[in-house]
Amino acid sequence: MKITRTKAFKVFFNPIWESNPISGQILGICSALAVTVQLKTAIVMGLALTFVLACSNLSISLIRKLIPRNIRIIVELTIIATLVIFADQVLKAFLYDISKQLSVFVGLIITNCIIMARAETYALGNPPLLSLLDGIGNGLGYSQILITVAVLRELLGAGKLFGFQVIPNAFYAAGYENMGFMVLAPGAFIAIGLIVWLQKTVSKE
Amino acid sequence: MENLISIFLNSVFVGNILLAYFLGMCSFLAISGNMEPAVGLGFAVTFVLSITTPINWLVYHYLLAPGALAWAGLPLTDLSFLKFIIFIAVIAAIVQALEMIIDRYSPPLYMALGVFLPLIAVNCAILGTSLFMVERDYNFMESVVFGASSGMGWMLAIVTMAGIRKKLRYADVPEGLEGFGISMIVTGLMAMAFMLFSGITL
Repeated sequence: MKITRTKAFKVFFNPIWESNPISGQILGICSALAVTVQLKTAIVMGLALTFVLACSNLSISLIRKLIPRNIRIIVELTIIATLVIFADQVLKAFLYDISKQLSVFVGLIITNCIIMARAETYALGNPPLLSLLDGIGNGLGYSQILITVAVLRELLGAGKLFGFQVIPNAFYAAGYENMGFMVLAPGAFIAIGLIVWLQKTVSKE
Repeated sequence: MENLISIFLNSVFVGNILLAYFLGMCSFLAISGNMEPAVGLGFAVTFVLSITTPINWLVYHYLLAPGALAWAGLPLTDLSFLKFIIFIAVIAAIVQALEMIIDRYSPPLYMALGVFLPLIAVNCAILGTSLFMVERDYNFMESVVFGASSGMGWMLAIVTMAGIRKKLRYADVPEGLEGFGISMIVTGLMAMAFMLFSGITL
C-alpha cells in the first residue's frame, strides 16, 4: 500500500488543502481575520491553535468512552479552556510583545469553532492517534490560510514581511504607495473572500 | 453620561464587534441566509450580552482581579489567569439558565429564541465582549452599556447582511465565489461603510 493511500495520511493532509477548516468547512474565521495584520502574530496564533487543537483532540479521544453524552460539551470546554490558559501563560512568559498584540484573541481560541467541531465530529468517535493527526492537520490548515492572508496584508499594506522592509525604496520614489486599506478590517474580509475563490477554482480543476 | 453615550456609539458603529473585531463570524455566516432567524439570533445575542457582561464584571472584580480577594483576607492573590475558564463557565451557565427560564415563562419567546440559545454559548462575540471589558478597564456602568450596545451592533450587522443576501440570490455571482466567498466580500464592503463613522467626533 502506498503511503498516500493510508488512512492516517488522508486524515493528516485532507484538512490542509481540500477540506481546509477555514475555506472548506467555514470554521474559526473570527481570529483568522483579526490577527493577520502582521505575519509574526499570524504565525504565533497558528502555532497556538495547532497546539491547543492537537492536545484537545488527543485528550478528548483518550477519555471518549468515559464522557457521559449529555455533559460532553462542558467536559470539552473545560479541557479546551485549560489548554488555552496554558498557551496564554507560555506566550506571556516568553513572547510578551506578541501576546500583547494578540490581546483577547488567544483567549478566544476557546470559542474557536474549529476546536469544538473537531472534538465533536472527530475526536469523540476515533482512536487517539488518528485524532492527534487530525488535530495537527486541521491546525496546519488553519495556519496555512492565516499565513497567506497575513503575507498579503503585510506586504500590500505596509510593504514589509516580519517587520522588515521588503519593497525597495526605489519603488516608493517612483510613486508606489502602500495600500492602507489592507491593514484595516475590510481588507481582511476581502482578502479571505478572494483566497477562498482561488482555492475553490483551483481544487475544482 | 457623555462617556456612556460615546461607548454606546463606538460599540454600535465604529468599533462594531463583528465588523471591526471580527467576533461572532461563524454564526453570522451560518444564520444570515434568512431574515427571520437573523433577527431572532440578533435579539438573543443582545439579550445574553446585556446579562453576561455585567455579571462577568462582578466576577472579575470581586474574585479574579489582582487583589480582588482582599475582602476574604487574601490581598496578594491574583487569579486573573483563570478568567478564560471562569468566563466561559459563567456564560454557559447563564445561557442554560436563561433557556430554562424562558421555556418555563414565555413559550412563544422560547419558540423564537430557543434554537439559538445553545449556539450562543460558543459564540465568540460573547466571550470576546467580556474579555474586551477587562482589557479596556471599564467600570460597572460602562460594562453594562458596553455589553448591551455590542449586542445591538452585532444585531445591526447580521440583519443588514440578511437583507443583502436576500437580494444577492438574484445576482449572477462568478463560479467558485458563490456562498462563502461572496459573503466575505460583501461583509468587507459593509465594514468599509461602517468605518466611515470613525470620522465623527463627539
